[in-house]
Amino acid sequence: MLQLFFGLFNGISIGSVLLIAALGLAVVFGLMGVINLAHGELMMLGAYTTFVVQNIFKMLGDPWFGAYIFVALPVAFIVAALVGLALERGVIRFLYGRPLETLLATWGVSLILRQFVRSVNGVLAIGLVVFCLLFFGAWVLLSRRLDWQKIRNGVLTILVFLSTGIATVTGFLLSGQKALAKPWFSARNVDVTAPAWLRGGLPLGNFQIPYARIFIIILTIACIVGLYLFFNRSNWGLRIRAVTQNRQMSACLGIPTNQVDALTFALGSGLAGIAGVAITLLGSVGPNTGQNYIVDTFMVVVVGGVGNLLGSIIAAMAIGTVTYLVGSGTIALLFSQNSALQGIFDFFTFFADSSMAKVMVFALIITFLQFKPAGIFPQKGRTAEL
Amino acid sequence: MLYGSAALGTSILLKACTTETEGSSEESTEESTEESTETSSSGDTIKVGILHSLSGTMAISETTVVDAEKLAIKEINESGGVLGKQIEVVVEDGNSDWPTFAEKAAKLIDQDKVATVFGCWTSASRKAVLDVFESKDHMLWYPVQYEGQECSKNIFYTGAAPNQQIEPAVDWLLENKGKKFFLVGSDYVFPRTANTIIKEQLKANGGELVGEDYLPLGNTEVTPIITKIQAALPDGGVIFNSLNGDSNVAFFKQLQGAGLAPDKYPVMSVSVAEEEVRQIGPEFLKGHYAAWNYFQTVESPENEKWVKDFKAEYGEDRVTNDPMEAAYIMVYLWKQAVEKAGTADDLEKVRAAAIGQEFDAPEGKVTMNANHHISKTVRIGEIREDGMFDIVWSTDGPIDPLPWNQFVPETKGYGCDWSDTAKGGKYKIES
Repeated sequence: MLQLFFGLFNGISIGSVLLIAALGLAVVFGLMGVINLAHGELMMLGAYTTFVVQNIFKMLGDPWFGAYIFVALPVAFIVAALVGLALERGVIRFLYGRPLETLLATWGVSLILRQFVRSVNGVLAIGLVVFCLLFFGAWVLLSRRLDWQKIRNGVLTILVFLSTGIATVTGFLLSGQKALAKPWFSARNVDVTAPAWLRGGLPLGNFQIPYARIFIIILTIACIVGLYLFFNRSNWGLRIRAVTQNRQMSACLGIPTNQVDALTFALGSGLAGIAGVAITLLGSVGPNTGQNYIVDTFMVVVVGGVGNLLGSIIAAMAIGTVTYLVGSGTIALLFSQNSALQGIFDFFTFFADSSMAKVMVFALIITFLQFKPAGIFPQKGRTAEL
Repeated sequence: MLYGSAALGTSILLKACTTETEGSSEESTEESTEESTETSSSGDTIKVGILHSLSGTMAISETTVVDAEKLAIKEINESGGVLGKQIEVVVEDGNSDWPTFAEKAAKLIDQDKVATVFGCWTSASRKAVLDVFESKDHMLWYPVQYEGQECSKNIFYTGAAPNQQIEPAVDWLLENKGKKFFLVGSDYVFPRTANTIIKEQLKANGGELVGEDYLPLGNTEVTPIITKIQAALPDGGVIFNSLNGDSNVAFFKQLQGAGLAPDKYPVMSVSVAEEEVRQIGPEFLKGHYAAWNYFQTVESPENEKWVKDFKAEYGEDRVTNDPMEAAYIMVYLWKQAVEKAGTADDLEKVRAAAIGQEFDAPEGKVTMNANHHISKTVRIGEIREDGMFDIVWSTDGPIDPLPWNQFVPETKGYGCDWSDTAKGGKYKIES
């Protein structure tokens, strides 16, 4: 009995890690149809935010340190959401309806973000700020001119080169300063330590249920409930659902679809930031962290059915439980008593290893998609035809 | 191909502008090795290549090794160089991508005409450049502990062979920590080969294998593994860990969460050194073990000096570890071999001179053997709260390397001896 409970708990806890990582993608990919390959990097930014918040709290001393994770959650949400917003306004909005180009562009963004955390230092940051001030400042000032539309392209071209030049020279002048030229994070993994109260576990018979896992499950549930309330009880939620179902009609009825797109994307990115906080409790934090999760998150959303949150939840739990039961050899044990089933026992023992379990899960998913190509809950209605 | 020729074109162009001291036989790409080495030390410098990943997944580890190599070269240059010539370094980035390693190795040999190359970390990258160095009959120095079962004429290995790290660790565990072993590793060539060796060794020495598991590189979900460990070792036992990279962080964090403490479940790691401890966080690792040839806490005047010099060069917050130390050693061993041979260009002579070279390394005295591996002291360290290691056990002196493993049936009874042309890379030892 205890064994069964424990198996179920582990399955759910693996599933909830998958789910919290996939929630943001379920919003961005599911509702907007944007294939965002930079999703993993938004998680990575959330994880780095946790690192920064942790270091600030370390300076505050002991009673405060235990609480840093509660500050990290909203901060990571905001940071990731802002980056997501900039990404949507700067890149993705020009590419709506062109999934292949979006895929390539967001892949490029993910490379840029990864390299950014590797090499960001005081000089680079100051250079960026200088560039943004000059470029956007001049843009705002000059756009007041009456003949702005006529000179726009020429002026912007000149501005780009001018601001880049000035920013580069500033950076070059500052690069002698040792303190500024030191990378903030460097290419190394950084050490994020969970607060003491999240590090142990709840003893249960011979086993111990890790507090970190319980925390992630609760966090996942909170996120789902929050999302549900937002989509079903708030005005913006209503608008998002309307735009998802029929963009043209919503626009006709006066819904600002541009703003809705930006908000949806920011929301999805913010959720990725929260997932980033959660994964610091379990794994490593480094520039490549996001890459470890991106395939799994797409898998969850595709199996669940694009555009359906409930589908993602069921898919995550199913994938988590199967991964666990196969990988830990629990299924193999079930067949070990009966000698008539020796063949099945050997079969599952062969797959009872993390690498092989993954092979089996993917094989099952491929088979599943043969029968239900649109996932557990296929989209119905007009959007399905798009 | 197109890319290759473009790169070639560019570098010839660059060369035309910069390398007046270098002689003029550069244009042809079909030069034999003899010709190319003739130019490697003409002028008043000797060119050597450094080939590591400066970008990509492996950059975290490999850049630290580059630092150690550069420090050694700087020291040698400051004390007068090799054969009265300064060493000039050509650094190439392998980009954590194995075909790139092969391409860059060929570039270093054919275009830069280096006298030797220091490089590689993963076994996959070494296997990728092996053919290049053998076909061009050139020389690579390789600084990382590895799975053995290889002995090339063109490679000098200054990291540990399995009998200088894994096997003593297993013996120590059998003696002190228990007979029941669970093996955990990343899913690629090093852990798989290492575990094959361990399994044979357990069979031979009275240990018991209760389970094993392999995690795909970069995977961070270790719950199924922990369940398997708990099921296989309900009363505690030894976990032998050859995970690499990010998976280690996840493994130790989740191990602690599940309540598997080092007093009942000691973990012996073979890929976790000072640098990794810092990144994983010592609070998750305290009380676990690692096996290496060198720890920063080794007490010897050589080590004290090295750690001091290293920190002075790269900053107080840096740590030194085993692969870095092996990288530092190999530059000096190469220098001594060149000085004994009296030439950096005739690789046949340098290779012959390298055998038997001794060096007072931070880890203790090391000697280059006829099988191109070095004799090293083996140590086991327990991880402390401050991220350093308490050395709990060490061999009395250096252990001679055995590249062909004596526990694995296919290679049992084989040896390697490059000082005798009749024997070569793999010969049957007469008993």
